Amino acid sequence: MRVDGEGKTVLRATALSKVYQTGDVIVPALRAVDFEASAGEFVVILGPSGSGKSTFLNIVGGLDTASSGQVWFGDMEVTALDEGGLTRYRRDHVGFVFQFYNLVPSLTARENVQLVTEISRNPMTADDALALVGLSERQHHFPAQLSGGEQQRVAIARAIAKNPGLLLCDEPTGALDSATGVRVLEALAQVNRDMGATTLVITHNAAISEIADRVIRFADGRIAHETVNSARKLPAEVTW
Amino acid sequence: MVISPLRRKVLRDLRRLWAQVLAIALVLAAGAATLILGNGAYSSLTETRARYYDTSRFADVFADVTRAPRALLADIKAIDGVLDAEARIVKLARPDLPGMAEPGSLLLVSLPDLAGAGLNRLYLRQGRMPDPDSRREILLSEGFASAHGLGPGAPLTVIMNGRRAEMQVTGIALSPEFIYALGPGDMMPDPRRFGIAWAPRASLEAAFNLDGAFSNVVLKVVPGVPADRVIAELDRLTARYGGMGATARKDQISHAFLDAELKQLSAMVKVLPPVFLLVAAMLVNMTLSRLVTLEREQIGLFKAIGYSSRAVSVHYMEFVLCISLTGIVIGLVAGAWLGAGLAGMYARFFSFPFLVFTRDPQVYGLAALVAVTSAVGGALRSVGQVARLPPAVAMLPAAPPACQNRPGRFRPFPGLRQTGVMIARHLFHRPVRTLFSIFGVAMSVAILVASLWSTASINLMVDVTFFQAERQDALIAFATPQPARAVFAGRSLPGVLVAEPFRTVPARISHRGLSRRVAVTGRPQDPRLSRVLAPDLRPMAMPETGLILSQALSQALGVRPGDRVTVEFLEGARPKVSLPVSGLSIGYVGLGAAIDLSALNRIMGDGMLVSGLNLMIDAAGQDAFFAAVKAAPRTEFVTLKSMTVTRFKETLAENITVMITVYVSLATIIAVGVVYNFARIALSEQGRELASLRVLGFTRREVSGILMGELALVVLVAQPLGWGIGYGIARAMAAAFSSDLYRVPFVIGRDVYATASLAVLAAALGSAWLVRGRINRLDMIKVLKTRE
Repeated sequence: MRVDGEGKTVLRATALSKVYQTGDVIVPALRAVDFEASAGEFVVILGPSGSGKSTFLNIVGGLDTASSGQVWFGDMEVTALDEGGLTRYRRDHVGFVFQFYNLVPSLTARENVQLVTEISRNPMTADDALALVGLSERQHHFPAQLSGGEQQRVAIARAIAKNPGLLLCDEPTGALDSATGVRVLEALAQVNRDMGATTLVITHNAAISEIADRVIRFADGRIAHETVNSARKLPAEVTW
Repeated sequence: MVISPLRRKVLRDLRRLWAQVLAIALVLAAGAATLILGNGAYSSLTETRARYYDTSRFADVFADVTRAPRALLADIKAIDGVLDAEARIVKLARPDLPGMAEPGSLLLVSLPDLAGAGLNRLYLRQGRMPDPDSRREILLSEGFASAHGLGPGAPLTVIMNGRRAEMQVTGIALSPEFIYALGPGDMMPDPRRFGIAWAPRASLEAAFNLDGAFSNVVLKVVPGVPADRVIAELDRLTARYGGMGATARKDQISHAFLDAELKQLSAMVKVLPPVFLLVAAMLVNMTLSRLVTLEREQIGLFKAIGYSSRAVSVHYMEFVLCISLTGIVIGLVAGAWLGAGLAGMYARFFSFPFLVFTRDPQVYGLAALVAVTSAVGGALRSVGQVARLPPAVAMLPAAPPACQNRPGRFRPFPGLRQTGVMIARHLFHRPVRTLFSIFGVAMSVAILVASLWSTASINLMVDVTFFQAERQDALIAFATPQPARAVFAGRSLPGVLVAEPFRTVPARISHRGLSRRVAVTGRPQDPRLSRVLAPDLRPMAMPETGLILSQALSQALGVRPGDRVTVEFLEGARPKVSLPVSGLSIGYVGLGAAIDLSALNRIMGDGMLVSGLNLMIDAAGQDAFFAAVKAAPRTEFVTLKSMTVTRFKETLAENITVMITVYVSLATIIAVGVVYNFARIALSEQGRELASLRVLGFTRREVSGILMGELALVVLVAQPLGWGIGYGIARAMAAAFSSDLYRVPFVIGRDVYATASLAVLAAALGSAWLVRGRINRLDMIKVLKTRE
């Protein structure tokens, strides 16, 4: 499926709840969250540890299942998918960027990107994806030969190479220093702008929220606060 | 009792990694068990035999004569180096049992006049010794008695020297001379058709017209005196009484078969346990080095808070010792259990008065020691690393695997998908582990190849011996050589279609200082029933002059076709001639020499004589044939090929089932141990990567395919290597098993390789399946939140 047109709602969650149960202990992680994001929107999700933001992102990304409520991606009900359906959903529509990059150490930068382009329906070339994040020169290096920021940009290239409708980033700058983090954010912002992928970025770092279209603050399993930025800052203008 | 925290960690590690621990322990156990089994059976057999020989005064030299006066015994006893000698009457007779249609044989052996004297003393199992003055009383060998349900008091009709005699069994006995009781013309003991009966001397003297004479003499030689010297002197003394050449103990049938078994056991001990122990050491090495890598930070922490390097190293060594302890316990129990089973199997083939599987603590202690040594040996490298790790370095994560590449280099694995590249790089970046694993799997294939080949080889032996060379249905041997008209008499027996004569004469064949005592068989020029085959299995015609030697004999004498050998016949006028070797024949049992029948008779100069007949029998006339043969007076024994072959195949089939079960289990233990550990270690290293791939949208099948692909490569590459190693071991075993008694043909077909590979692949698939569940349960969310 294709998701076209700026402003159109592509991601919708209604009354989304998640309860973890270990033995007799029941921990509610999400309590009836309602959320919408439109095509090409850049959303930053803030919140303390345990506030439910990662659980939310995992369910939206098809990594975890909800206890109740629904997630829709376009006209596809993600929460109704079985194991195989979720795998296909992640494969075709979702790009992930993680705090610790999660690159395959035995593959070079380019090969890490090819890992995804090989199984995608409508990928860009690995060269293009690496060019988008400014890493064409380093494409034959193994992860161990790259800096943290470079590794994260490879991870971004890998996430966007499939032309995802949804780009989900969990603490993408969490392991990076400020200057390197800015470079990574620039890459994310550029990809979001050039490709129009709806981008959700989880962070502890409130400074990053200034580059978003909209900022959502989680607390205690709910969306506690929501702000729309009238003017997005450029990543280069942000410091922390 | 307070358990120290480190020791508690050992216990928890063992519990957490129980499956890997068990897999390694089982390989160790197999090593310990096969060591106990081999060494234990070897020491049980040698010690039991030695003790039995000692208490029963088993003779050192054996000789047959036609008829020698008892007065000669004094001369024999006077030979320098002879400790004791006993003159006996040893003759074949035929039992007449109502329930047994087919002909059987009884070997009659005279008892010394004084009970409890003489050599080869009997072990009385049941009943009493015969009265020396009785003409009717006999003792029976245990196997024959139990096969026919005969006990003390039972009557038994025996045809001795052509006359029926009604005898009575007084007891059941065992003799060191017949531990392995092989009947004439048989390849396996068949207690139903062959037995030994001991009777007072006087009764046999009367039955065989040997008053004041003997037909066999056995000697005990002073320890340290070479038997050859005594034999030479004995042969000189017995020559004029039809002496057929004495043999030393090493050539005595029963003794030689036990020796062959011992030889096989020692070959097994040299091959199997080292394989297991080596593989176990490799597995310990692989597993421990992964554990140490995973626990670097903990090791650093232990050292940082004040544990000495030694204490931390000892901690990991304890983990390994626990593995080896588990293996040793399983191995000792399994070794003792298998040993008892093997002793039971021996009890069926070998008649010992007592045979217990060894309880020698040394055998078990050695197995335990060797198992611990191999496990500790495998651990040394990793434990050394633990000791050397400085705390500060240990607390940093390990350097990533050395995936180094010069920028811009061309792709090293063209045409592979990225998942394929991952597989290739993982295997190449841990070359030692990959090679260990390949070698381990190869060894399990090798064990199977090295054990399975014998089936085909034995089948070939049976086919060549019984269906291509010896094509007769029955063989009649006369008590003494008969004139040629016996052939016509044989031909006129009921049921007989073809009768083909043969003559066997014992002879000593020598060539340049090497000599062997064999039976030279004279056959018609173009034999049809009992044929001599060339190595390419074509039937050979008997040469007009000259001998055809079996390959085994030609090797033993170091002769080639065209050479001349000296043949000293040990019968009649004892002619000594020089004959050319005209050709070499194939032969798997014993040493053989063939000659043209007329040529043999010309050399012997005693007329046209035959020792027996090979017969082809009409199946419909078989019963009439049996009845006629039983009544025929001059027949010493009759063998029936179908009985011999059936018995041989039955015994073999039982043993082969047991053998294949044991070897497949052993190979499975190795294959599972190696593949399972390899998979678990690979999963532990790549779990994070694989979970990340799941996040990226790879299916479970694709993700497990990466790990399975690595396993598949290791297992597949191991196959040809395993075939090669197995071929080498099998070849060495064939050579080690070959003796003057047996020559094991070395044939190894594609089916052996295929069966070995299939069994190992099944074991590998099973272990892969065990790991696949873990891949499917990989936690995708956790890997996103943790640094490696």
